[in-house]
Amino acid sequence: MRYLPLTPADRAEMLATIGVGTIDDLFSDVPEAARRRDLFDLPLHAGELEVERELAGLAAMNRPAGAGPFFCGAGAYRHHVPATVDHIIQRSEFLTSYTPYQPEIAQGTLQVLFEFQTQVAALTGLDVANASMYDGSTACAEAVMMSKRVTRRNKAVLSGGLHPQYAATTQTIAHAEGMDIVRQPAAIDAEAAVLDAIDAETACVVVQTPNVFGVVTDVTKIAEAAHAAGALLIVVTTEAVSYGLLKSPGEMGADIAVAEGQSIGNGLNFGGPYVGLFACREKLVRQMPGRLCGETVDAEGRRGFVLTLSTREQHIRREKATSNICTNSGLCALAFTIHLSLLGERGLRELAALNHSKARELRDALAAVPGVEILTPRFFNEFAIRLKGDAVAVVEALLADGVVAGVPFSRLNPHAGMDDVLLVSATETTTSEHIQAFASALAGRTA
Amino acid sequence: MTMQNVGRPTRPQAATQSGHTSLTGARGLLQDEALIFELGGWDKTGVDLAPADHDASDLGDLVRAAPIGLPGLSEPEAVRHYVRLSQKNHAIDLALYPLGSCTMKHNPRLNEKMARLAGFADLHPLAPQSTVQGALALMDRLAHWLKTLTGMPAVALSPKAGAHGELCGLLAIRAAHEANGQGHRRTVLVPTSAHGTNPATAAFVGYSVVEIAQTDDGRVDIADLAAKLSPDVAAIMVTNPNTCGLFERDVIEIGRLTHEAGAYFYCDGANFNAIVGRVRPGDLGVDAMHINLHKTFSTPHGGGGPGAGPVVLSAALAPFAPAPWVVAGEGGFKLVEETIEEAAQGFGRMSVFHGQMGMFVRAYAYMLSHGSDGLRQVAEDAVLNANYIKAKLSPAMTPAFPDGPCMHEALFDDTWLEGTDITTLDFAKAMIDEGFHPMTMYFPLVVHGAMLIEPTETESKLELDRFCDALIALAQAAKGGDVERFKGAPYLAPLRRLDETQAARKPRLTWRPDDKGVSPAPLAAE
Repeated sequence: MRYLPLTPADRAEMLATIGVGTIDDLFSDVPEAARRRDLFDLPLHAGELEVERELAGLAAMNRPAGAGPFFCGAGAYRHHVPATVDHIIQRSEFLTSYTPYQPEIAQGTLQVLFEFQTQVAALTGLDVANASMYDGSTACAEAVMMSKRVTRRNKAVLSGGLHPQYAATTQTIAHAEGMDIVRQPAAIDAEAAVLDAIDAETACVVVQTPNVFGVVTDVTKIAEAAHAAGALLIVVTTEAVSYGLLKSPGEMGADIAVAEGQSIGNGLNFGGPYVGLFACREKLVRQMPGRLCGETVDAEGRRGFVLTLSTREQHIRREKATSNICTNSGLCALAFTIHLSLLGERGLRELAALNHSKARELRDALAAVPGVEILTPRFFNEFAIRLKGDAVAVVEALLADGVVAGVPFSRLNPHAGMDDVLLVSATETTTSEHIQAFASALAGRTA
Repeated sequence: MTMQNVGRPTRPQAATQSGHTSLTGARGLLQDEALIFELGGWDKTGVDLAPADHDASDLGDLVRAAPIGLPGLSEPEAVRHYVRLSQKNHAIDLALYPLGSCTMKHNPRLNEKMARLAGFADLHPLAPQSTVQGALALMDRLAHWLKTLTGMPAVALSPKAGAHGELCGLLAIRAAHEANGQGHRRTVLVPTSAHGTNPATAAFVGYSVVEIAQTDDGRVDIADLAAKLSPDVAAIMVTNPNTCGLFERDVIEIGRLTHEAGAYFYCDGANFNAIVGRVRPGDLGVDAMHINLHKTFSTPHGGGGPGAGPVVLSAALAPFAPAPWVVAGEGGFKLVEETIEEAAQGFGRMSVFHGQMGMFVRAYAYMLSHGSDGLRQVAEDAVLNANYIKAKLSPAMTPAFPDGPCMHEALFDDTWLEGTDITTLDFAKAMIDEGFHPMTMYFPLVVHGAMLIEPTETESKLELDRFCDALIALAQAAKGGDVERFKGAPYLAPLRRLDETQAARKPRLTWRPDDKGVSPAPLAAE
């Protein structure tokens, strides 16, 4: 077996050093009834060639997003990732290291995390950011639970524009922790409706912008209303590239910003692993979940970085921890920060402008298709359209034309009465030919 | 698993300079690398993008006006920045990484290659299901392997890490109790030696945590467990093999007593690597167990994630599994994304989408490579390597549980350091100078000055001997009074000991423009 260095001679010699006769002697604590003597009913070991053949076979059964016209978004976006990113994250020292608990020999990872935190704070317009969460949805749930610790209140109001699977995740996790989760009904322009739900029991209001229908909202008034009631405003973003064009959550008064960082540096990967971004105001830092990297000095006075404020964390506080999180999303955070360092302010702004431009081109093309109604009044790189008939059926039909048309809203929420709503997105990877192919195919199917 | 520095943040005293110093701060190949914010790239970019055809006038004042404050780097500068940083990291590819409970094993590169196939890497989670049948098939096969290896009938794939898996398991347990009219149960029993995530997760779900005592030989105290298994107990959370690196001999009795009391048996599967292919948790009475794919199944730790923590479930808990899951039907595979569709009892959703697919591909490639025979050999070699270390180091150090074999990790206490003025922390830092990553220290909490060494099966005998020789030499130096070697360590790492106390007292969590007198200038006019 190519991954196992011990030879039979090694094993015999080592057993002798230990002072036992056979390997079974080392498993003597296992109860007799639980000892499995035979191999399990699974295939035997295989060479690289055979493994590669099987996995390539499975991969070939899928249609990659890059195979043709493709317009799915709804929380995961196809962007071009520079070749440098994947090269660097495969370096042994990043790929095969553990969480940096021994800072003297983990300064590479720690400095990267410090830079990542600074970048995320800048993007979100907030003071501090943590070293990443599992993904945007779990970051959203953690933010809601943090609002309970900060306000000592129990109720969270989730806007109807929040991605339904984010809402479901938050409901599952934050409700488990004892919070009262109020989910508002799905609506295209749902944000203003949260104002009526804010009361003296409200710990936080959760608003997504751009929302799941692509609607971009200035949340300043919601922030003011939340603050007047003593509640926090949590702003969720599922498309991190939008930070390059739109007002930041901090600028609009958010107390906590969470986001899915996949768009920057990370591929689609069928939904994971991704990287959750989490930022907040400085005064809330001791209630933050997740790991934090901080600057300090070493014994010779040189600048260095360590994981800090770990008295919030489970391995120190155990049942009194701010969160049970241990592992986060380090390598995806590394990919994010490399890509963002390559982009820089200039590149990110250009990328965001290009995404918006492609979406405008797509909107114009689809708006010209008879029977298509554009539902999203102002958008970044994604919007919702109403079709004549069931969106799932239209998507299936367009597959025959080689077009993956987008995400039917009913897939995210089958109970909203929005079976005719389709979410479509365009990024810098979308070409004019793709857009024309989509518009022609749609015209052909809806005619 | 986490490194414990409980109550021992390092606060180094002013150290004497060690030998020759350079004029630039570099140390030979090790460059003194500034932060990206200090590299002068406020108007640079390392990407070339096509111009946009449409402007953003339609968005009016929703558009950002203020600068973001992001530096950019050209590609050569970026490559150099990150390569320089990388060289300041220890890595499993460099040397033994004996963090107990973390299972730092070799990460096969084939798995990386497979995860990057466009058919997996460039696949959108919400693409039409007819276009992702290969991905769903892979999830189904991974589930089959996990169920077969654990002897459990169901698995929830979506949890993103071990702690997320623990949460999933406890939520399934709570849902099952509520469905059975047992929702009043409010207590979870956890041994004193448990990982910190166990009590944190139980408390998170609203349970009160009661500790179970440990016997002198490092196992769950059955009498204490039996006494505490009241009608108020919802579950026990036991790690097996446990965090002392020992198999719970009475595990079947633990499961029996637990079920007799109407509670469920959650097993922390962090240490599954020790028994894979030889013992099935399903045969031990386990109701739920998370499997860290980033431990047993070799997906890379990546400097702290991403992980993956699928949870296998017993028949009693299976109906309460969260969405989504894969079912095989006549027309191919189907992803069930709403619990109300086909199983109304599911407790909800752990995250957006379907779990860590990139990790599933790697883990499945690892399983296929090893096969049933190779996986059994993994457990055997992991246990053999740990016992070999225990045997070699026991004359120089003090094993916490000298009698009988250990499983995949060898646990030592600090008795042997008595009278030397050297602590476990000092010893660990001195290991860094010898080229090894320290073992897990001060964990489990039940052993004084604990040093928990997990070599894994991917270390050769030569590397184990090198490691043991280094530790024996260090132990002799410690007992011989060479205190400075330890108190000032590390001397040869990229940095000396760091001031963690200052970092926590005055947190500096982001770079600020005034740090070095450099400030982000607005972009030059187009």
